[in-house]
Amino acid sequence: MVKYLIIGNSAAAIGAVEAIKRNDKVNPVTMISDEPHHVYSRPLISYLLAGQVTKDRMYYRGESFYRDNNIETIFNKRVAGVDARKSQVILEGREKIKYDRLLIATGGIPFVPPLLGEGIKKKKNVCTFTKWSDAEDIMKLSRKIKRAVVIGAGMIGVKAVEGLYAMGIDVTVVELAPEVLSRALDMDASKIVQKGMEDKGVKIITNNEVVKIMGRGGLTTGVILRNKKMIQCELVIIAIGVMPNVGFLKGSTIKVNRGILVDERMETNIKGVYAAGDVTEALNMLTLEKMPIPIWPLAYQQGSIAGDNMSGGASIYKGGFPMNSIEFPGVPTISMGIVDPRGDGFESLIKNDAVNRNYKRIILKNEKVVGAILVGDHIDRAGILTGLIKEGIPVTQFKNKLLDRDFGFVHMSREHRREKLEKAV
Amino acid sequence: MKIVYPKEEACMACRLCEVACITEHSKSKDAIKAYKKQKPTPLSRTLVEEIFPTPSVSVMCRHCSDAPCIEACFTSAMHRKPDGRVIVDDDKCVGCWMCIMVCPFGVIKRNQYTSIEPGLMGLERSPQNSKLKTQNLKIKLSSKCDLCPDRSIPACVEACPNRALVYEERN
Repeated sequence: MVKYLIIGNSAAAIGAVEAIKRNDKVNPVTMISDEPHHVYSRPLISYLLAGQVTKDRMYYRGESFYRDNNIETIFNKRVAGVDARKSQVILEGREKIKYDRLLIATGGIPFVPPLLGEGIKKKKNVCTFTKWSDAEDIMKLSRKIKRAVVIGAGMIGVKAVEGLYAMGIDVTVVELAPEVLSRALDMDASKIVQKGMEDKGVKIITNNEVVKIMGRGGLTTGVILRNKKMIQCELVIIAIGVMPNVGFLKGSTIKVNRGILVDERMETNIKGVYAAGDVTEALNMLTLEKMPIPIWPLAYQQGSIAGDNMSGGASIYKGGFPMNSIEFPGVPTISMGIVDPRGDGFESLIKNDAVNRNYKRIILKNEKVVGAILVGDHIDRAGILTGLIKEGIPVTQFKNKLLDRDFGFVHMSREHRREKLEKAV
Repeated sequence: MKIVYPKEEACMACRLCEVACITEHSKSKDAIKAYKKQKPTPLSRTLVEEIFPTPSVSVMCRHCSDAPCIEACFTSAMHRKPDGRVIVDDDKCVGCWMCIMVCPFGVIKRNQYTSIEPGLMGLERSPQNSKLKTQNLKIKLSSKCDLCPDRSIPACVEACPNRALVYEERN
């Protein structure tokens, strides 16, 4: 008998379970989660806030998923540590669970600077925004909230703003960088998004930071910025970023840098122990560095590769690159790959039509696409660029067409079309 | 599995495949009514790419065996049917466009319209979304080829006057 144990219950964990079950329908799988929920989709929490999905639409797999796949679940339990020498996981309360193959898919946890950490512990209207319970906390308070401050204008911050905005709450965002979504977009694209948000009444403060969360007793009444300015509010959301959730591995023999280090089979330095998803540092195929790339598609893919290898397969992770699709109402954006080219050899093709909220920038290196920033209608058919990046296709022949609205397969070689459009994939 | 393959040397860029697709996915299944009466006009799930005078080719979903759109979909709206087709579940799709971001064929479209019937999505009327009562609902859905489940041969293939689209199984 082989005992599979999975810590986690989101994209990477499900990807792994589904791969394991393809190879091995006999041996038991156990999943551990510190949340009480049937597998759900964390990215949906902003839609839940906005009223765009109901609770019953939050689930990522059907009601009978665990039963159908013969999975034992341990919910609402935190993992305290992994003892790789004895092949066991220790739960809070000291309970131990043995495994033959372990997958660590614990995802990310919100980064809260120590200065603001006090606020989040003591005040019930100071939240982070990554889990279902965060959305529930906000919804519980919502009747009392007129004004909210969101700290951080990255992906999570903008999603939080979107949810709060839809609830009719007056939102101010405070961002340390000079512009919103600074890691996903470039300055010109950010400006378009920022203008779109401001036009809807969202207040955006950049080049600044919250140094203190004010409050009386258990409630916050506002925040103080670096320039001493105070903003009053009834809700603070800390959305600075996420980091790999690896705290429980302290003292274990599993190698961790920022995230858990894995090889191309998604196996850690310990045989039989695998990791996948936001908790890992896997290969960025464009920079050839190992780094956490916390996005849903890669989490599922890595989980699937880990699961296959855990159950007798031989799958190789070829690496990924960052990509994101985020839309503040009226201003959709998609970005991918290298969006802040530094150093020699890069070339940018740019079409900026800020007035109509359209922007397209393609970043090339050695005549190959390595990144793209798309705003507005330019997001259509974005995946063609993803494909060109992934496959490293030289673009010399059709470079002058890349920025066109109707750029497509007809601009590429006949041979490429034969390969892509006329064969089974 | 059987899918639609283009034969570009036979394509005349007449776009009748697009007309047939729109008609097939309309309420009336009548081309004139679909174009003139149904608001919004349904989207074509195939796209004729064209450089005048040549080449031109109709591009639609390949129903990939290892589909990146399914992997990228965090709501599980994009899913595979037991018969192999890759299909969007409109009830689950929230229009996040992650599938558009990853589809290397660029064959998933944004279907966006304002619904005049609030509650179309079966939304709860909880206090936090009470504003919806007075707002028209913005619907955002991903739209793609479903291989015409109600037909034995997809509408585009049947409509192509020069047999530039074939419905068959290849390796």
